[in-house]
Amino acid sequence: MRPIYLIPLALFLFFAGLAGYQLTQPKLQNIPSQMIEQPLPEFTLQPAFEGLPGASRSDFVGGQPRLLNIWASWCLPCIAEAPHLERLEEAGVEIIGVSIRDRPEAVASFLNQHGNPYTRIGADDISALMLDIGASGVPETYVIDAEGNIRYQHIGDIRTDTVPLLLEILEEVR
Amino acid sequence: MIAELGLAALWLSTALAALQMISGAMGIRDGAASPFAIYARPAAVVQAFLAVLSFFLLLYAFAVTDLSIKLVATNSHSAKPLIYKLTGTWGNHEGSMLLWVAVLALSGGLLAGLEHRLKEKTMSATLAVQGFVAIGFYSFLLLSSNPFERLPVPAIEGGGLNPLLQDIGLAIHPPTLYIGYVGLSVAFSLAMGALITRQVTPDFAKVLRPWVLGAWVFLTFGITAGSYWAYYELGWGGWWFWDPVENASLMPWLAATALLHSVSVLAARDALRTWTIMLGVLAFSMSMLGTFLVRSGVLTSVHSFAVDPERGSFILALLGLYIGGALVIFALRAGSISEGKRFSMTSREGALVFNNVMLSAILAIVLLGTLYPLLTEAFDVRVSVGPPYFNPAGAIFAIPMFVVMAIGPLLRWKDDKPARIQFELALVASIVIAIIALVAIFGDYNVLPVLGLALAVGLGVAALLPLRGRSLRRVPVATWGMVCAHFGIAVALFGMASESAFTTERLAAVAPGDAEEVGGWTVQLESIAPVAGPNWTAIEARVLASRGGGEPTILAPQSRNFWSPPQPTSESALITRWDGQLYVVIGDQAGTDESGNPRWQLRVWWKPFVTFIWYGGLLVAFGGILSIFGRVRVDLKRRNAAARGDVRREELDALNDSGPLPEPAE
Repeated sequence: MRPIYLIPLALFLFFAGLAGYQLTQPKLQNIPSQMIEQPLPEFTLQPAFEGLPGASRSDFVGGQPRLLNIWASWCLPCIAEAPHLERLEEAGVEIIGVSIRDRPEAVASFLNQHGNPYTRIGADDISALMLDIGASGVPETYVIDAEGNIRYQHIGDIRTDTVPLLLEILEEVR
Repeated sequence: MIAELGLAALWLSTALAALQMISGAMGIRDGAASPFAIYARPAAVVQAFLAVLSFFLLLYAFAVTDLSIKLVATNSHSAKPLIYKLTGTWGNHEGSMLLWVAVLALSGGLLAGLEHRLKEKTMSATLAVQGFVAIGFYSFLLLSSNPFERLPVPAIEGGGLNPLLQDIGLAIHPPTLYIGYVGLSVAFSLAMGALITRQVTPDFAKVLRPWVLGAWVFLTFGITAGSYWAYYELGWGGWWFWDPVENASLMPWLAATALLHSVSVLAARDALRTWTIMLGVLAFSMSMLGTFLVRSGVLTSVHSFAVDPERGSFILALLGLYIGGALVIFALRAGSISEGKRFSMTSREGALVFNNVMLSAILAIVLLGTLYPLLTEAFDVRVSVGPPYFNPAGAIFAIPMFVVMAIGPLLRWKDDKPARIQFELALVASIVIAIIALVAIFGDYNVLPVLGLALAVGLGVAALLPLRGRSLRRVPVATWGMVCAHFGIAVALFGMASESAFTTERLAAVAPGDAEEVGGWTVQLESIAPVAGPNWTAIEARVLASRGGGEPTILAPQSRNFWSPPQPTSESALITRWDGQLYVVIGDQAGTDESGNPRWQLRVWWKPFVTFIWYGGLLVAFGGILSIFGRVRVDLKRRNAAARGDVRREELDALNDSGPLPEPAE
């Protein structure tokens, strides 16, 4: 047997091992932000509508950990997560919203229809904050601790089972 | 009842595959002397019948939308047009795997029923391997993807079919590719049979050749059709996206192309023995790898198939068993097969070897690019490998390959002097240089498309040169096949290069009445109206396109919404002229103009000679068909002549044995 004839076998075994390893790995569908465990970037956003003040980085510093909710009135999953945000609010969590590429009257009518869990809503008309904090879509929710650091990112809408998870993390980072 | 019959047929086929394997294995040791060896061929033939029957039963279940079968309920819908109900049979994982095993069994049956040229021992080994491969796929189907599974309660209505796949292109290209993939399994079995019984001879190559050619024709046709399907169905205006699933069909084609050339060398000159066996294993490995990548979901692709890690593991296990096993046998046995006859570098063989190496290098490039994301993901880095890697890296090897491809067929076997063909060399070289100069003077284009254009024209002329100075009527059919296939490659290359270099594009938001100019065409959006189909609704645009102020043609691109499952797709509209295609896509509404009329995104491309890509592909496939036809006819003639010779010799022997010839009467 000439060693050269073993080369194809060796290459194949390497591939099979690699593919086998990948098959056993959970397939991540979401891309986690690179900003987790980093300080929240500096930003100041105008109010999204007349009813609530706008949002800036300083609103996240001091007191309790807060949630930063990225949403939009045109986003369907945001309607689905609205009742769960309400429940978080009822549990005493301060939620600061950032509405993406929205119009004031649409924001107001969305909140009328689906409830308003927010203390502040900033308007991000060019997705600037979205890019800065590494959000890949709408909705996303971030846990920000009292020092203004991003501690956790939830991608997609908040569902029934996400609520206790978020409450737990908020407790942890306190 | 239909489903149960289908399932029973599958189980019976599995049992027959086991019989085929055992009987074949007995035959390897004892040859025809083994009393068991005689069962291998009939087992293969009956198994082919049963597996094909099973597929037709599933086809029937889809045709009548039998919603008590889980597969039909999840993938079909009673409101779907009949043709798409039928194509839905293989538009899903289970059905496509059933098609796979049906074709596998059919080709095994054809091999067992028709092929009598090989030594009986080699044939036994081949059938044993074929049976072994079949058992794996049957168990995969029966244990993890049973297509005939019933629902406890029949569904009220089916769950539809991916609307992107609801297209006539889908009726053709996946099954065609499958036949190609599976045809390569016969090449694999034959290669293993020859390796196990140490019969890697020119005779073996002649038996192998029609199978490789046949599989290759189907692959060529499938890739061509698939590329055109992606071109008009995805609405992105591109014809090749280096998507993992596309690569999965390209890689076996590259391996099969290399294989069919090396088989020719083995058949004609008894050289490249181990290399041919290696390529036989490689070609089928690439088919199985393609299946693995598509079915397991380890790589993300635009082609949506239900992915399932369990199925992925199963296919990986099969891959390990067959390919790993084959490579172990190769490592053990290859040393005992001598390399065969020697030849000089400047000879037909030399050129073929060079291009074999280039094809293998391109294959390696594509394989690396396809698997690279898999490798980096192991280290938690997500990457996407696209044209910026594949195009230049592939071109490094493709360009020398095209050059040698132009010259190779002009060389003689064994040894030749370049001086003998200096006229041809000078002609092709001057054409290439002239075109590069011409294009460089008149425009500022990228290097690769310009090189591609020049090589395409040079290759197109060179492909016809083997006919020079010969009486066209006496040129063998197989040579016509080669000329046609090589010319087809030139035509396709010309289309690709022209599309890359000269395409003009216009993206605009237009209100009805607005006109846009692109590539000498005037494209005017006339109106927008909603339309409805059997299972979709759409916004349809009426677009008037006229060239150089000529008579306008009406185009109707659509932005469709399917409702089961809900999914938007875009239906492009095309105008085909001899020198290119106008490609129009309508997008979403994009605000309003100053006077408040709604504006729509309109995307228009003029793609000069883009159609040559697919004409070329068809020519290549047609060349392959000519070649099979020519080879098989010559083989049959020779065999008949040999048989007649045998008869005459026997008669002579009989005469000689009967003692001294009687004295003439006179």
